[in-house]
Amino acid sequence: MLEFDLQENGLRKLNSALHDQKDSTNQTAWEVINPKGSHAIAVGIDAPIEVNIKGSTGYYCGGMNKQATINVKGSVGPGVAENMMSGKVIIEGDASQYAGATGHGGLLVIKGNASSRCGISMKGINIVVHGNIGHMSAFMAQSGNLVVCGDAGDALGDSLYEAKLFVRGSVKSLGADCEKKEMRPEHIELLRQLLSEADCDAKPEEFTRYGSARTLYNFDIDNSDAY
Amino acid sequence: MCGIVGLFLKDASLERDLGNLLSDMLVTMTDRGPDSAGIAIYSDKDASKEKFTIQSENAHQDFKDLPNYLGKYLNCRVDVRINDSHAVVTLDGSSTGKFSETLKSFNPEIRIMSRGSSLEIYKEVGFPKQVTERFKIPQMSGRHGIGHTRMATESAVTTMGAHPFNTGLDQCLVHNGSLSNHNSLRRKLRREGIHIETENDTEVGAAYLTWKMQNGASLGEALESSLEDLDGFFTFVVGTEDGFGVVRDPIACKPAVMAETDQYVAFGSEYRALVNLPGIESAHVWEPEPATVYFWKH
Repeated sequence: MLEFDLQENGLRKLNSALHDQKDSTNQTAWEVINPKGSHAIAVGIDAPIEVNIKGSTGYYCGGMNKQATINVKGSVGPGVAENMMSGKVIIEGDASQYAGATGHGGLLVIKGNASSRCGISMKGINIVVHGNIGHMSAFMAQSGNLVVCGDAGDALGDSLYEAKLFVRGSVKSLGADCEKKEMRPEHIELLRQLLSEADCDAKPEEFTRYGSARTLYNFDIDNSDAY
Repeated sequence: MCGIVGLFLKDASLERDLGNLLSDMLVTMTDRGPDSAGIAIYSDKDASKEKFTIQSENAHQDFKDLPNYLGKYLNCRVDVRINDSHAVVTLDGSSTGKFSETLKSFNPEIRIMSRGSSLEIYKEVGFPKQVTERFKIPQMSGRHGIGHTRMATESAVTTMGAHPFNTGLDQCLVHNGSLSNHNSLRRKLRREGIHIETENDTEVGAAYLTWKMQNGASLGEALESSLEDLDGFFTFVVGTEDGFGVVRDPIACKPAVMAETDQYVAFGSEYRALVNLPGIESAHVWEPEPATVYFWKH
């Protein structure tokens, strides 16, 4: 295992060492100490490695991740795993706003709460939040799954496309064009798999599914006054 | 962007470290706003006296004859403590009504940064490190304080455009964000007789709170109604004689992190600002909810 002291060696050195790792690397275990809320830690990795960050981070931790597994033993600032392509990012604490925004793939697990705009414009990423999420989450979410074991804030799934939203607790309010949907057996199976990957013991049957009512997809002449 | 920090002490043994802790927090936030910086610090209160922090570009010359002049025209005991471009003027409480006009007659170029019995505000153009060192903030003690480092968007980079803004006696405001209805609100408040000096949006926010409180609202109520009447983005931290408060607009895109231990409640625009506080590893750390007024009192 390679230990990297962020305060001593700096962010550029860390990220450049992580970018040097290729598919065949044998340096697969990394540990980052003293993150102290720094921004852009472990961004842009493209290798099957595991990075453990011992402490809380600032903006954009694990952004654009491909293949790597990134564990944060603390909380994260805004934009964790933003635009993730594949791999896994696991947060032991809470996440600030727009966690997993625009993500194309991979799994983001937040063991605490996530604040506003979680999964905004998600495009295929799976996000599992053990706690609650804030307002405007999954805004314009296009595909992928957002699983919330606690409650969701205001305007969940506003202007939603085809992402699936599963919430176990209450939803403060639904956004425009988001509606409650039937839980079919394939959804229960999908949830079982996601919850298990996210190390969460919630039961799939306890969740409600929300999705797009698909009324905002096309321009409707009746709405022309609104423009 | 802008960076905000705040520190409210529960444990009196930390009071002599307040300036030091707050300066360190603010310096960490430098890259959120390098234009100007300011600190409001609440030290011991003496209710029989009133304090004014004043500022001048030519402080040593302008402040030289001030004690005699004020003493003569206000007919009270006057103490003037010069600190770089600022000075803290302490007066016998009975004469304060005439202070600002007397100061203006002495020298209209001198600006009043704060008034109260506990509050002192120090702010200038420059990096937080320069500004805090210039005023020796790390050596100051106090019960609570707030700081701000500015990235200017709505008005010029000047001393008077720097935060914190004094709202009422012993009250001040710092702001991260931008208000979009500040021009119309400024006109309205001026019609109501509220004095607004600059074209700055935050000064309008501060004047709005002053106006609300002059009309009988508590600070909490004034902050609640700001959620209705102010259009734009804001995370506000306000200081009062006995505490500090936090409110974010309903969209809450301007960041905010809070930490609480048995010794203090701390605010930072980012977690980075809090990492050197004592016992932060075991603190309760959370993000304040949008459109919710938080307040801590001694």
